Amino acid sequence: MSRSSQFQSVGRKTPRVDAEKLALGRGTFADDLELPGMLTLGVLRSPHAHARIVRIDTSRAEELDGVACILHHGTVERIAYSSAGQGHPEPSPWDMFAFDVKVRHVGDRVAAVAAETPEIAQQALDLIEVEYEVLPAVLDPMEAMVEGAPVIHDEEDAERIHDANRNIVAHLQASKGDVEEALSSASRVYERTYEMGYVQHAAIEPHIALAWMDEDDRVVVRTATQVPFHCRRILARVLNIPLKRIRVLKPRVGGGFGGKQEILIEDLVALVALRTGRPVRYEMTRAEELHAARTRHPHRTTLRAGVDEDGRLVGLSMNILENSGAYGCHALTVMCVAGDKALSLYRIPALSLDAIAVYTNLPVGGAFRGYGAPQGFFPLESLIDEIANDLGKDPLEYRRDHAIRSGDPLPMSKALGEGREGFEQTIGSSGLFECIETGGASIDWKTKRSRVPGKGRFRRGVGMACAMQGSGIPGIDMAAAGLKMNEDGSFNLTAGATDIGTGADTMLAQIVAEALTCSVEDVLVYTSDTDLTPFDTGAYASSTTYLSGGAAKKAAEDVKEQITVRGARMLEVGVEDVHVEQAHVVSTDGRKVSFSEICLDTLYVEEQFQIQAVASHMSYVSPPPFAAQFAEVEVDVETGIVRILRFVSAIDCGVAVNPQMAEGQVEGAVVQGLGYAISEEMIFTEDGSPVLLDLQDYHIPTARDLPELVGHLVETYEETGPFGAKAVAEIPIDAPAPAVANAVFDAVGVRIYSLPVTPEKVWRALQRKGRSFSPDTKDKNRATTRS
Amino acid sequence: MTEFHLNGQLVRVDSPVNWSLLRLLREQRWWGTKHGCEGGECGACAVLVDGRAVPSCLTLAHSLHGKRVETVEGLGKPGDLHPLQEAFVDVGAIQCGYCTPGMLMASLELLRRIPDPTEADVRDALTGTLCRCTGYVKPVEAVLLAAQKMQEELS
Ligand code: FES
Ligand code: FES
Repeated sequence: MSRSSQFQSVGRKTPRVDAEKLALGRGTFADDLELPGMLTLGVLRSPHAHARIVRIDTSRAEELDGVACILHHGTVERIAYSSAGQGHPEPSPWDMFAFDVKVRHVGDRVAAVAAETPEIAQQALDLIEVEYEVLPAVLDPMEAMVEGAPVIHDEEDAERIHDANRNIVAHLQASKGDVEEALSSASRVYERTYEMGYVQHAAIEPHIALAWMDEDDRVVVRTATQVPFHCRRILARVLNIPLKRIRVLKPRVGGGFGGKQEILIEDLVALVALRTGRPVRYEMTRAEELHAARTRHPHRTTLRAGVDEDGRLVGLSMNILENSGAYGCHALTVMCVAGDKALSLYRIPALSLDAIAVYTNLPVGGAFRGYGAPQGFFPLESLIDEIANDLGKDPLEYRRDHAIRSGDPLPMSKALGEGREGFEQTIGSSGLFECIETGGASIDWKTKRSRVPGKGRFRRGVGMACAMQGSGIPGIDMAAAGLKMNEDGSFNLTAGATDIGTGADTMLAQIVAEALTCSVEDVLVYTSDTDLTPFDTGAYASSTTYLSGGAAKKAAEDVKEQITVRGARMLEVGVEDVHVEQAHVVSTDGRKVSFSEICLDTLYVEEQFQIQAVASHMSYVSPPPFAAQFAEVEVDVETGIVRILRFVSAIDCGVAVNPQMAEGQVEGAVVQGLGYAISEEMIFTEDGSPVLLDLQDYHIPTARDLPELVGHLVETYEETGPFGAKAVAEIPIDAPAPAVANAVFDAVGVRIYSLPVTPEKVWRALQRKGRSFSPDTKDKNRATTRS
Repeated sequence: MTEFHLNGQLVRVDSPVNWSLLRLLREQRWWGTKHGCEGGECGACAVLVDGRAVPSCLTLAHSLHGKRVETVEGLGKPGDLHPLQEAFVDVGAIQCGYCTPGMLMASLELLRRIPDPTEADVRDALTGTLCRCTGYVKPVEAVLLAAQKMQEELS
């Protein structure tokens, strides 16, 4: 029997607290609000990848009837900041300005207009005359570092750029042991380079924000954000107004995936509200989303791995070249995560990371589900597969033999913190072995790996990959929650935690209900209002269940204590003679008082007080959830088309607070990961213009594209987590891409070293492999080694 | 002046000629219908016009004269959900819920056309509605469950 089966609310498939209203179309998203006299904002964006604004003339736009406010570099104070919605002190450089005299990528901000109607705003934007001095652009990160390359950030007032003259945003080095020594004494060394392309979050709800002035002349921003508190702090900086004049509200959010961790548009609406005193709304168009929002950072990663005579891994070095695009948002920290997670998964004595993030004149990288881990695991898990095959070992067993275990130190955790030194950690719970076993059995690994290779046009293969993530940022992230009791025995939970469609509100209600033995319906959740709820770093880094859940649990335990004391007093026994059960305090002799009676007593009858508590939670450990993921594919050797037939995920997220929601997280992340694996890629012309500007061209998976998806939740009990829980939202996106690439190799014997695995790449690789390719001699040891 | 039936009620509107049905609905505070692209790509804005699922962002309000329009608000009420809505809630097919109204309307059209759809039918019907959260697994499950329940209720 699993430990979670003793719980009443945790571990159950409780329907979401908000599901019914969403099903009725009554969920209030940012845009579902009408304010009298609301203006619409539009943004004029750069047509050039790199240019200086020589002249901007808004006079004709100003004359237009119905134009309320025009913003550009001449009318808005110049303050360096970063739109990356991170904690303080911010690890990303302050290298952007609300409006600048320079534009650094196609789609960069030039000016904004707020007007009575969207049509007038658009007309006004068309009337703004801009004269540009077009500058040479650089699109490749390697070229950007070369002496004489155009300098993208030549402004004097940017802060904390590593080396602006060489376009280097950040440089990161970390090591454990002596890798060079280990590689030189290895019996074989493998060196491979992997490329991962640009992809987009493509949440169905675009970025949207409304702002208005309240009766106290404070600016209220209602925005689809993952980070309401960071948003308030960053707005105070960029608007140069006191933080206390800002209130940020997060209504329902229509998906975030990291894209809404960015303070991308809130400054614009706040500026207009402050200047005009009128409500204003801005929603990015889908075309804007697809080139002016954020992306997953493309990485070019070289791995070198050495094995001894027995085939054991003795050293691994990782070199990352990250394309950060025009600004350095999340550039450093995404590389930290890529290195930390990928280098920690296996027991390898010597490790090193050298990572450089570089500016180019392309769209800007940002936080994206997995946050560097997918860019770390595609190279790692492709190479491990290649090594195992080369050594004639079963990749599943090879992984299991090297996998990190419970009690092992996390080798890079101290060196690779959140852009500063982190903390020593060891692995607590780990279900990685069980994930490998369970997933392997589910896809029928042994049988399928040993099947006779196909001969026809369509060939099948299976591949696997493993991964690990974290649960919050150790020593940095903090979540707080408040809990207040009402006369009917219900509770108001107020938390900074940010539900962006993940089910956080429901998860918190379940945790509180579990701790208090009440029903989930008796917990009224109100979250993400910087005036009324306690602080929370926000929805990122897989922190919500672990940290916000931890805070809610603490607050509930405190409240339970207060309830117990009053209950015992009402029953006229000592606290040691009572316990709490089904929303009652029960004495050992069987008498009981209900939560409702207790609350009435505390509010009205005797020694009155409010039963309530506020609690905070942070952690110096970030327990990793683990995954083993398996793909079965069919490759058409004539066209190179890869069809995914079956995808199995075995995930260790500790105790799943709500298994149905956890399954949903796995399914959604896998599908997003499969898009990354085979179909999604933002592409650009030679001058840096985006080519794919709608969702027909930028192809995210549809209901028809999907294989059979199988998910297994492998339960472990994480002692440091609330009721044994760890994180779940990011881990399942980490390994679909390498699992698919490895399955392609199993099917047709070619390795694809870059994402996405397109038909063209597969077809070309098959051609290169040559007509000599004969299915009868499927050569799994094709890869050469450098000894 | 355009006259049409909106969820069974006759409405008369005088909207600018370039307004889409989506804009008209939202300006009238019928916020159930969502929008993710306003270019016919995402399906979040799907409504039924004379029983057919169409993207309301590409449907001109003026073209609706004499037609029957159905939106998510016409499906069920609090405490009295339509079987499709109930199934979406029960199986956990709603994550952020932004695509949900579009999914429901596309599914409703399907179930009226094919009361006992196969999984492939459901996938086809939902293909026009993009969802970035669920991976479509649970929405497909929900539609099949709703179909089954509605069949049982009939028999
Ligand atoms: S908003 Fe109509 S299809 Fe996307
Ligand atoms: S539930 Fe979020 S887009 Fe479908």
